[in-house]
Amino acid sequence: MAGSEYVTCFPEVREPLLNLKGGPGKNKRLLPAPFDTSGAHDLPGTRDLPDLPDVSEVETVRHFTRLSRLNYGIDHGMYPLGSCTMKYNPKITEEIAARLAPIHPADTEAMEPVLKRLAQLQDHLGKICGMDACSLWPAAGAHGELTGMMVISSALKSRGEHRRTVLIPDTAHGTNPASCTIAGFATKAIPSGEKGYLEASILRQHLDQDTAALMITNPNTLGIFEQEISAIAGLLHENGSYLYMDGANLNAIMGITRPGDMGVDCMHVNLHKSFGTPHGGGGPGSGPVLVRKDLEPFLPTPRIVCNGSGAYVLEEEPYPESIGKVHSCLGNVSVCIKALAYILSLGPRGLREAATTASLNALYLKNRLKKLFDLAYETPTLHEFVLSDTLQKEGGVTTMDLAKALMDFGFHPPTVYFPLVVAGALMIEPTETEPLEELDRFVRAMENIAAMSREEPEKTHESPLAAPVFRVDEVWAARNLTLTWPDKRIQPEEKGI
Amino acid sequence: MEIPEQLYYTEDHEWGELEDDLMRVGITDYAQHELGDIVFVELVEAGTVVAKGDPIGTVESVKAVSEIYAPVDGEVFEVNGALTDTPELVNQDCYGEAWMVVLKVNDPAQADTLMDARAYQAYVEAEAK
Amino acid sequence: MSYISHNGEDLGKILAAIGIERPEEVFSSIPPALRCDADLALEGPKDEESLRRDLDFRASRVAFAGGGIYRHHIPAIVDALASRQEFVTAYTPYQPEISQGTLQAIFEYQSMMAGLTGMEVSNASMYDGATALAEAALMALRIKGIRRVAVTRAMQPSYRRVLRTYLAHAEVEAIVEVPFDPVTGQTDLVALEKSIGPDTALFIQSPNYFGVIEPMEQVTRIVSNTAGFWGIVVTEALSLGILKAPGEYGPDVVVGEAQSFGNPAGAGGPLLGFFCTRKEHVRRMPGRVAGLTKDREGSQAFCLTLSTREQHIRREKATSNICTNQGLCALRAAIYLSAMGPEGLKKTALQCAAGARFLKGLLMDKGIAPVFSAPVFHEFVIPMLEDRLNELKSTGIVPGVLVSEQYPEIPGSVLVTVTEMNTQEECRWLAANM
Repeated sequence: MAGSEYVTCFPEVREPLLNLKGGPGKNKRLLPAPFDTSGAHDLPGTRDLPDLPDVSEVETVRHFTRLSRLNYGIDHGMYPLGSCTMKYNPKITEEIAARLAPIHPADTEAMEPVLKRLAQLQDHLGKICGMDACSLWPAAGAHGELTGMMVISSALKSRGEHRRTVLIPDTAHGTNPASCTIAGFATKAIPSGEKGYLEASILRQHLDQDTAALMITNPNTLGIFEQEISAIAGLLHENGSYLYMDGANLNAIMGITRPGDMGVDCMHVNLHKSFGTPHGGGGPGSGPVLVRKDLEPFLPTPRIVCNGSGAYVLEEEPYPESIGKVHSCLGNVSVCIKALAYILSLGPRGLREAATTASLNALYLKNRLKKLFDLAYETPTLHEFVLSDTLQKEGGVTTMDLAKALMDFGFHPPTVYFPLVVAGALMIEPTETEPLEELDRFVRAMENIAAMSREEPEKTHESPLAAPVFRVDEVWAARNLTLTWPDKRIQPEEKGI
Repeated sequence: MEIPEQLYYTEDHEWGELEDDLMRVGITDYAQHELGDIVFVELVEAGTVVAKGDPIGTVESVKAVSEIYAPVDGEVFEVNGALTDTPELVNQDCYGEAWMVVLKVNDPAQADTLMDARAYQAYVEAEAK
Repeated sequence: MSYISHNGEDLGKILAAIGIERPEEVFSSIPPALRCDADLALEGPKDEESLRRDLDFRASRVAFAGGGIYRHHIPAIVDALASRQEFVTAYTPYQPEISQGTLQAIFEYQSMMAGLTGMEVSNASMYDGATALAEAALMALRIKGIRRVAVTRAMQPSYRRVLRTYLAHAEVEAIVEVPFDPVTGQTDLVALEKSIGPDTALFIQSPNYFGVIEPMEQVTRIVSNTAGFWGIVVTEALSLGILKAPGEYGPDVVVGEAQSFGNPAGAGGPLLGFFCTRKEHVRRMPGRVAGLTKDREGSQAFCLTLSTREQHIRREKATSNICTNQGLCALRAAIYLSAMGPEGLKKTALQCAAGARFLKGLLMDKGIAPVFSAPVFHEFVIPMLEDRLNELKSTGIVPGVLVSEQYPEIPGSVLVTVTEMNTQEECRWLAANM
């Protein structure tokens, strides 16, 4: 266990796997039993009792409560993961979304007000992005990218063109190449300029008749606004190519500038980043796609339409040019409703204030930290910035060490080793919801770590010391692949743990 | 960093040891060091016909994947099955036990297009900068 | 409402530290021509009470709707535990030392899903059952020699449509639909045999969209030696509590929808796609996976593993582009399964099956016979015209899901589902209103 001299926000508990708990007959839950089951014995091919843990309610509650205490969430403190926009998640949005729970999508009466609100979200996202049409069904950012690229692919086909290459700047998001591949495109990485943004003159060299689109993140993963975006859009359109914008960093510009005005043809937004919905330890998120008028026919089905009598309904037909369905139902509906509640809660000025403050907080940190750590680019940044381990590496301290050391000061580390254009990157995005006191606490932690890196570099390799576990051996996990709990008869120590 | 004298080297950091028309192929000390702890090795099947530069396998660490390419034209004669269960051999003995494939080469003279130890040493030093 | 903590004094300090006078100056790098000066035409700001009033949603009291999304009992502890903010407000567990809660819960979810499906491995989750199926087909198509995909026509229509969307952009020679027997509602085995070969990946759903349990023993005999790859699709995870684990039939993958495990119908989402496979395919599997490991001192720990398959490392050659998945829904499933236990899951599955038989009996007494003859799990197709369905819906009772819309060959038909959430009284009411 972690040394007791370290102050920690974590409890010193270690929780065994659930399958080692309980025993036959421990679970005494009384379940709804409205029917006489004697008539159900005509079921063919039945099984023995499923192999699940048999634990009491108290044991289940303790188990998952203890597990929760091994986690770090935004409600604990600052979570400055660059490009992930870990802002505070308003509780009221959870309360509102919980009201959807009992509604079955076939319950048309109950769905009507839901669809009406989803239509409002589409409208509001359209206004925020300056785009003409929206589909809410993609369940995550990468799903939105894929949907958007499928839209572009179908649009090209309908024009009778077979352009197959998508250009992706080196400052784009990690998911972009894989999304393009699944949509049937080949990708080509292009370097951004020395200033950290894509220059139109660089793009021009890479354009040809096979260029389907450019997939750009704006502001990019260095936190830099793509200053030549309008010229880039012009070049692409002249070449018959589309401009796709990854809206993962929309938080920095909402209410300030609109992708539609920049010449963007198709984009996605991450509701779990910009619009305050929680990330849930890995989802559910939501990645709505927005397009200009000419791409609207290709958006997924179903569509939400307001019928003659003023009611909101879903339509699967007739959208002959649609790429089709991308989700079996309506995507992550409750996440969409949370995002709408967030937008309504803030209103137009609140969104603008959020974007402005996101940049203020980031610039505040950047100005205070650039004296201690190498700043990769001098170009002005918005909501995030990238430092590197260049100054610390001489003493043998790496970005990984810096990240793990931050845990001992009660912070979640920033995004590390990304973007790839900066070796040993530390990508920091505090978001607008961090109080000044927390920003200052973070600066002090980073100052301490910088000092430790100079004076006792070996100590940083040992961090974290105050987390629930010491540094985790990812190599062992990969070499001894164990993805399900061991057979109950094998005790953990026999596996060498 | 170890660069044995008698071997041939590629720009993708494979080494080759030629004996008559058979070439034993692996990855260099520099490559295993750059990749870090190797956790998985996947090799093509024996009998696969390859041209110089064709992939003959992949090596994975926790955070990176790297392809291994054929240094010369030929046919895969033998693959090192031991690496499936003990990929860490690549870190421990990259020029010995962790050989990856043996190629039956079409033209042994093609080996002369590869770097010798001294040229590879200079190449690695230049790349490190 | 604003969630920003700064007061005027804080703002002054921040501006001074940055060296600017007005907050708007942070946007000096954005070309002026692109900036919007006017407020966007959005509703708001609203206080919490206004939000509560404006965003009011309610469900009909009586519902027999299923068809891929199900209303089941959710023990109170599922909401109580899954709404703990340590779980809710955490990001993907990329930093394992401070994410052990999420990681261990995922590992436990994977273990229970692998156990229930009878497979060796489960991933951490997919968006929904349909995208899980689509990704399984893409995985099959990466295996040498597989060029065609066959699906049973009795498979959930929305799944087939999502599959077609994904495959429209992939290299696939043909997508074949295997017809069903119009009398039994089971897949036509003769047609099945003709549709598959070593170049085909076959996917069969059981219980199928009509609620009918497929003759899996016979299917296995036909498929296991013929198809190059095959998968079983389960859209009602609760059926795993009573029906034989699909893994026992020897498929390459078992994929589907696990919303029934502790996740509400929720107006259609979030859902919970699951993806289980055999060890031999683990490196082709899409999505994240948590693995057992140890920390520096040798204590048990967990971390994401096999990351080199994923988009952020293997880039355009990744097994999938999925990144954010349905983490919290998987956590709910893990808590649900722990709360239900082996007996509870089996009993609840039996209740569903019994309820369907109870309702079927009432309908038979009124002379309404189900459309298909083969045994079902907990839903079945009955003759009912769309107009009548809509009439009943407007009286606050949802009798089921319209089938004829997706299957013109079965005109005037509705899929009715009974779960442990329905009562005998509700069944009688529905029967009386037919």
